[in-house]
Amino acid sequence: MTEPRKPLVLVVEDYQDAREMYAAYLQFSGYGVAEAANGLEALEKTRELMPDIILMDLALPKMDGWEATRRLKADEQTRHIPIVALTGHALAGHAEGARQAGCDAFVTKPCLPDALVAEIERMLAVRRGETGSRRSRSSSKSKTS
Amino acid sequence: MYRSAASVDPLAEADASQTDARLALAETLLASGDLQASARQSIDWLAVHAGVHQAAVAVCDPAGSNLLLIAEHGISSAAIADFVIDRDDVQHPLVQALSRLEPTYFSPSASSRSPLDGIGFHAVPLRVDEDSPAGLMLVSASSPEIHADVVWLARLLARQLARLQSGPGAIDKRLGQERMLLYSIINAVTDPILLTDTEGKLRIANTHAEKLFAAPEDASEGWRRAVALNNMLFSAALSTSAVAQTDLSRRELLLVDPLEGSDLLFELLSSRAKDERQGTYVVSILRNITDLARAREEIEESYRTLRLAQAEVRDERHRLDLIIDSVADPILVTDPEGDIVLLNEPAERLFTVPVTVGESAQRHVRANGANLTSFVSNVLTRTGEQRYSGEIQLVEPPTGRNLPVEAVAGTILNDQGELVWVVTILHDLTQTLEKEALYEQLKHASAELERKVQEATAELAQQNELLRRQHIELEQASALKSQFLANISHEFRTPLNAILGYTHMLLHGVTGPVTDPQRKSLTRIDSNSRHLLALINDILDITRIEAGRMPLNVTQFKVSDLVVEVMSELEPIIRRSNLTVTAKVRNGLPTVKSDRQKVKQIMLNLLSNALKFTPTGSVTIAAAFDRRSQIISVAFVDTGVGIPHESHSKIFEDFRQLDTSPTRGYGGTGLGLSICRRLAQMLGGSIDLVSQVGEGSIFTLKLPARARRR
Repeated sequence: MTEPRKPLVLVVEDYQDAREMYAAYLQFSGYGVAEAANGLEALEKTRELMPDIILMDLALPKMDGWEATRRLKADEQTRHIPIVALTGHALAGHAEGARQAGCDAFVTKPCLPDALVAEIERMLAVRRGETGSRRSRSSSKSKTS
Repeated sequence: MYRSAASVDPLAEADASQTDARLALAETLLASGDLQASARQSIDWLAVHAGVHQAAVAVCDPAGSNLLLIAEHGISSAAIADFVIDRDDVQHPLVQALSRLEPTYFSPSASSRSPLDGIGFHAVPLRVDEDSPAGLMLVSASSPEIHADVVWLARLLARQLARLQSGPGAIDKRLGQERMLLYSIINAVTDPILLTDTEGKLRIANTHAEKLFAAPEDASEGWRRAVALNNMLFSAALSTSAVAQTDLSRRELLLVDPLEGSDLLFELLSSRAKDERQGTYVVSILRNITDLARAREEIEESYRTLRLAQAEVRDERHRLDLIIDSVADPILVTDPEGDIVLLNEPAERLFTVPVTVGESAQRHVRANGANLTSFVSNVLTRTGEQRYSGEIQLVEPPTGRNLPVEAVAGTILNDQGELVWVVTILHDLTQTLEKEALYEQLKHASAELERKVQEATAELAQQNELLRRQHIELEQASALKSQFLANISHEFRTPLNAILGYTHMLLHGVTGPVTDPQRKSLTRIDSNSRHLLALINDILDITRIEAGRMPLNVTQFKVSDLVVEVMSELEPIIRRSNLTVTAKVRNGLPTVKSDRQKVKQIMLNLLSNALKFTPTGSVTIAAAFDRRSQIISVAFVDTGVGIPHESHSKIFEDFRQLDTSPTRGYGGTGLGLSICRRLAQMLGGSIDLVSQVGEGSIFTLKLPARARRR
């Protein structure tokens, strides 16, 4: 019985302290972590690494999180990857905008690392709970990374 | 005896025819019983047979001493009308002739005081033998020689007289006949005729008079009364002095028709008459003038009507005068020459002048007259126009004050279309002109006012614009403030996120084990960071609510679930507090349609407040539903410190805690209740408070089962 591969989380966050904090805690919690500092980088890393889940800050330089999410959800290759939006802006419209862009869940900052990990685990559990055929299909795709 | 006649044998001298005539006359006289007729026949016979032209027979009145003429021939009736000879007048030639036995001849020159004066005649006494004469026959004769027939006839007639006069009642019978004749005559007169004595006692009355003054035996009571009344009235009329003193009087007498009962008006003509034997008596003739009176009344009536009509005309004229005098405007009527023929009282004051006023007033009146005349002459030149108006400048005579008037003139034409009068009415323009002046002033003032209003309006508009801009600026500033706060809270949270995260990781031993003192410090960092985060979140909430940008996310949920959730979230605090915390949720609470997250936020706040301000005792959460008002209520009942009544509204204000000292014993931002109340109001609900110091507090959240946004 082989050790299952660690789920890979792509953390997209321009604020380095926060990005590294989440990355450290995710690794501490047993996840594989990749990092991106802006939207463009997020697109590149996703296509390159095909992570299991993406943690996406919305306010980003170069390309913001909404645009990156729209592009990822428009791409047949990356559409299936769950995206959890991270936002400090609780003002009206942010959450709705994130859903419209294609985010599957969203978390308001400040978010303690363990709460974030709990949300990621929940999302992944939802994904696993979906039809097995879909999981086998996504897993076959992930082999390419 | 007739001696001269005796010497002549009548039979010898007379021829046979003469004899036959004498016999015929004698027979006639014998057959006659009438004295007068006998006398007339006798003298008529003389006229035929003896050639006598004029003759008369007078007889002695057996009752008196008069000689009465009873027949005549050839003498004018006027001459014998009142021929009466008093036999006591012994000097009278005829009386003397009567006393002789022989005829007396009066020559034409002799005075006989008889109707035959101026011609020769014989006065032949008529006597039988030597008896007292029964009468006298006068026979005209041209010579003293007497005709034999005259002598014969005298003897015959004397005998006839003696025969008739000596017959008993002969005269009375004659008089009776005459009286009957007289009665029938007076009865034939249609007017009532009465003969009364001076006392009014009735002697003779004709039938018409009897109708008025006498009632038959079988007459009705009314009739009798009417007759009695008539008698009384008549006596009264006669007894007036007029009748007594004048021979003929005339007056009106109103009597009653006894049969009809109607009034009859008579003219009473009465005259006194004297009779030697009867004494004085009064003859009255009544002439019915009732119809005349009626006619007179009618005339009087029509006269009165005429007078009334005249009076009415006069009144009408008077009224007209009053009317035109009562018109305040002067009215004048002028003839085509411009002379005033009529003017009312106000006009008099302008155009006539009392003699007593001064020279200046008279001058003014003359000036007014001249002005009027020129106006009227203008009117006259405008033929064909019925009305003409113009302004005249007059002067008030007593004061000399200028009096501008508007004159309106109308012309009055007669049937031929000629102008007869010009009627002019003057209307005082002083007030009108003053009003115009006032109106001008008013217009000026109004324009001034309008200008000022416009200025003020412009200023106001300017200020409004300024205010509008300020308002926009304020709104922009407010929006900027909200944006700034939103931004700044975001910017705050980014580093705070890192602080909390790393503290958390350290506490969870991500970087290796921590010592107890380190853990204590990290815990302090953690709690202060959380407090800071709560503050930032509250500020953000207030900002969003104020900006109206707090989104509502309405879903269906159960209040009981929320109660459980809130209690479990605050479980660590509950556990630390040593309070008895219970939830009493009634069965049958409906599903609520509202913003779950905000309801939860309110409930968390209220429960944490209750826990915070209750040192000992209990906190109870009681949820209920009022079906009628469709309102869910969740009450948080504590046994805490309580809130003084005067502070009940204060605690809902921003940044309020009752203890404002820097070292206050309770944590929290002081924004909690303010935000809770605003959120409740956003959801269509409210938060009520019942509390007293030392007796705990009850905060009750009331929400409609179906949220309606406020």
